[in-house]
Amino acid sequence: MTATTDPVIRLEGLRKSFGSLEVLKGIDLELHRGEVLSVIGPSGSGKSTLIRCLNLMEEPTAGTFAFQGRPVSLKFRAKAPAIGAGELRRRVGMVFQHFNLFPHLSVLENITKGPRIVLGESREDAEAHAMQLLSEVGLADKAAAYPAHLSGGQKQRVAIARALALRPEVMLFDEPTSALDPELVGEVLAVVRRLAQDGMTMVLVTHEMGFAADVASRVIFMENGAIAEQGSPEEILRAPKSERLKGFLSRFHS
Amino acid sequence: MYQWDFYTVLQSFDLFLMGIWTTFLYTVGSILVGVIVGLTACFARLSRHGIIRLIARSYQELFRCTPLLVQILWAYYALPMLLGVSLSNTTAGLMMLSLYVGSFYAEIFRGGILAVEKGQREAANAVGMTGVQAMTHIILPQAIKKMLPAFINQSVVQVKNTSLLYAISIAELTYMTSVVNSETYRPLEAYSLAAVLYFVMLFPLTQVADHFERKMRRSD
Repeated sequence: MTATTDPVIRLEGLRKSFGSLEVLKGIDLELHRGEVLSVIGPSGSGKSTLIRCLNLMEEPTAGTFAFQGRPVSLKFRAKAPAIGAGELRRRVGMVFQHFNLFPHLSVLENITKGPRIVLGESREDAEAHAMQLLSEVGLADKAAAYPAHLSGGQKQRVAIARALALRPEVMLFDEPTSALDPELVGEVLAVVRRLAQDGMTMVLVTHEMGFAADVASRVIFMENGAIAEQGSPEEILRAPKSERLKGFLSRFHS
Repeated sequence: MYQWDFYTVLQSFDLFLMGIWTTFLYTVGSILVGVIVGLTACFARLSRHGIIRLIARSYQELFRCTPLLVQILWAYYALPMLLGVSLSNTTAGLMMLSLYVGSFYAEIFRGGILAVEKGQREAANAVGMTGVQAMTHIILPQAIKKMLPAFINQSVVQVKNTSLLYAISIAELTYMTSVVNSETYRPLEAYSLAAVLYFVMLFPLTQVADHFERKMRRSD
């Protein structure tokens, strides 16, 4: 058992550099169970890098990172009490901007592959769970289809089901609707919204300000690799303090 | 007017068949060993360690930038002087054919793996797969499809390259043709027949490669 008082994720002074370019310049962040955190900011502000650090798609170069009170190790397997990248990724699901479905596998196999290989689930169990997840995202009839035959919105819903198949405790969404045609955004956001209502802990990088306001319990505004402003959606989106944030938001209110 | 006489040559058809069989054995054997060598070199080229990459790269360039005939002659006549033990022509031939084709396979495999989008590995890692699991379940199945046409083409070249074993008296098809020629004094018929036999073996293979290439282009 882990202490429930520990935040699910705690970052202190997290830094990330690509060569000589510092993209994250010391991020302090706590994410608590059931929170939905929206990350907004101009492109190049480091928001994608931040969310990708949370499941070690990117390796932080400095700072501390703890998951449920346990220090996160960059190794795939780590000695307790540390938590390795392998276990962290099983417990923190990720949805990508470009879906990244496995094109050589059917929708059903896309979802069952992880649980079967990584968790050693039986085919029956993995498929039963996958079918349940597919009906939750409204795609039970697409189980046998291949990704190439799905619309963008359908692909992203399958990608969400694939991440949920490992029963993660946190879900990361890295601009999940940015690659979609406008008319397909709604079906994906509806799935994300339902997850939020079910109490899933989530981090969401998005340009959908209305949705961020609607679904998030907290919003952080990033600029130049740092958190420039944070607060409730009302505070950040309706009463921004800094000129930077006002300027950023004005581009979305036209 | 030249008097064609295939009858004399065809009387030795069993020699051609023996040659085809030997050609087949060396092709299959060197492709099998070459795949293992090629995979090893391919993953070495993709290694994190600079020294491993350098060794693999050196091997590849050495074998890609020297003629196979020189390699075969070197292994058979020169290498024993260095080692102090002689190699049989079978060993020398098979070894050099395998190392030669392996250096090209390595590049084909590497290209196929690198052609798989980066997001595929990320998605595999994101569901908790190890690097090896991601490679075997997600990357390689996609890479194999992409590399198949080039792999078949290189293997077609390999069938033809076995003819160089003639130089160290391995009784493959070209060598056997020369035997028939020296018995019958019918070079035109003998070598024409050899060409036809190679063609009949290889034409279906190039068609298979084309088929996969078309299929791949459609599915993209």
